[in-house]
Amino acid sequence: MCGIVGLFLKDKALEPKLGAMLSDMLAMMGDRGPDSAGFAIYGGAEDGLAKITVQSASPGEDFPNLPEALSKALRAPVEIRLKDTHAVLTVPEEKLAEARAEIGRINPRLRVMGVGESIEIYKEVGYPTDVSNRFGLKDMTGTHGIGHTRMATESAVTTLGAHPFSTGPDECLVHNGSLSNHNNLRRELIHDGMRFETENDTEVAAAYLSWRMSQGLDLGQALDKSLSDLDGFYTFVVGTKDGFGVLRDPIACKPAVLAETDQYVAFGSEYRALTKLPGIEGARVWEPEPATVYFWEH
Amino acid sequence: MPTVDLGETSLREFNQALHQLREGTNETDWLVLNPKGHHAVAVGVDAPIRVEIKGSVGYYCGGMNKLATIVVDGSAGPGVAENMMSGAVVVKGDASQYAGATGRGGLLVIEGNASSRCGISMKGIDIVVRGSIGHMSAFMAQSGNLVVLGDAGDALGDSIYEARLFVRGEVKSLGADCIEKEMRPEHHEWLRQRLDDAGINGVATTEFRRYGSARKLYNFNIDNADAY
Repeated sequence: MCGIVGLFLKDKALEPKLGAMLSDMLAMMGDRGPDSAGFAIYGGAEDGLAKITVQSASPGEDFPNLPEALSKALRAPVEIRLKDTHAVLTVPEEKLAEARAEIGRINPRLRVMGVGESIEIYKEVGYPTDVSNRFGLKDMTGTHGIGHTRMATESAVTTLGAHPFSTGPDECLVHNGSLSNHNNLRRELIHDGMRFETENDTEVAAAYLSWRMSQGLDLGQALDKSLSDLDGFYTFVVGTKDGFGVLRDPIACKPAVLAETDQYVAFGSEYRALTKLPGIEGARVWEPEPATVYFWEH
Repeated sequence: MPTVDLGETSLREFNQALHQLREGTNETDWLVLNPKGHHAVAVGVDAPIRVEIKGSVGYYCGGMNKLATIVVDGSAGPGVAENMMSGAVVVKGDASQYAGATGRGGLLVIEGNASSRCGISMKGIDIVVRGSIGHMSAFMAQSGNLVVLGDAGDALGDSIYEARLFVRGEVKSLGADCIEKEMRPEHHEWLRQRLDDAGINGVATTEFRRYGSARKLYNFNIDNADAY
């Protein structure tokens, strides 16, 4: 099954409440995906700085020495914010690629969840409300965010199998559905140099979009291409630094509801997820058309 | 008039109260507040009552309905009035996918649009949609009638049996074995009556086209024996 929520704010006055609104939405989708949950939050970008979200199964051992070791390796200041099993590292923007490589060298147990100027990605195994409480989603602020509750079908229930998946700097993907050609596609993408960490079908979709964009396509064009190259059921919600997009496969079995007001655009697998949003009674509410890319940008 | 606030009463409690009603009950008018997209609201009712729901509902509202009139003053999620037996379900807003699926009788009126697979496998229900319907509607529709005042999406009536489809707007494409058919006087007469039942005035039956089965797919044809 799985549940997806997404919230893209148009009204800056709501930005301090992004996490609170998204956590209410995610909680309503708990029963659609009780295995694990995750979310991406966009916000807090600072000129010249980049953020790296890392995850560790043993945060108590892995995180305390990390900023110092990374700072030494990069010969640059590094800051760290701890959130349960995740940590957000802030490094100078021009050191981002180097920092990614160094993190793997310093401690191969660390997993990079996402990188970019404004994105932070958090995901864990557990009931969605527990996961969002662990990370303190309610208190997070930002411009837009995407959340996912997972009922696993194609691969194991693990932290890395949870969504969102990073598709590139400041980009992420969540998925409701199942892809039937992910094994073949993974083989082809590996042949072209893409790397995979799981047996998960959504990771293949994320890598596919990254691969297409590395060929010079923008996200909208990459999503368009996916309509002919991905086989299976999917409702995708994607996040970028400034925007948020929705795509459903041509059969469109997987549910999707969009709502728009002057203050926000919201996505929910079901209308239930949207019922606590301010002004939802007066919102334009509709079901996105199949095989159609929807995109909003700041 | 019993009023039920689903913010306070549990859905199970409410549905059980409806299930206990029988013909001759005095509690014939129910008002439901705060449905907030809940699933399975007023499912399995078997009494000639009226249930008015103020707001939008989730999956399967009015499913298996018998005798009751259920009005949704909002939009409905997937599978509204699924397998309805008789009575009526009226949705004032839009309906999500497979509205009226497998319905055996009664009248489903959707005043907005219905999305994909509207009337899939319908078996006797009549569905009237004031707006448009999505792709694969009336897939394997066996009997009953689907009336659409707007447009129909791709593959209308794919693998259809003996249901009748009346569409006033454009049909994006017809599915396998679905063809346009002549509107005969009895079709105009039937359509006039059903539009009246659905409270739709000012629309001439001559504006509609009729579609149905070419009967080449579901009848065994000896020339196709090699295909089996």
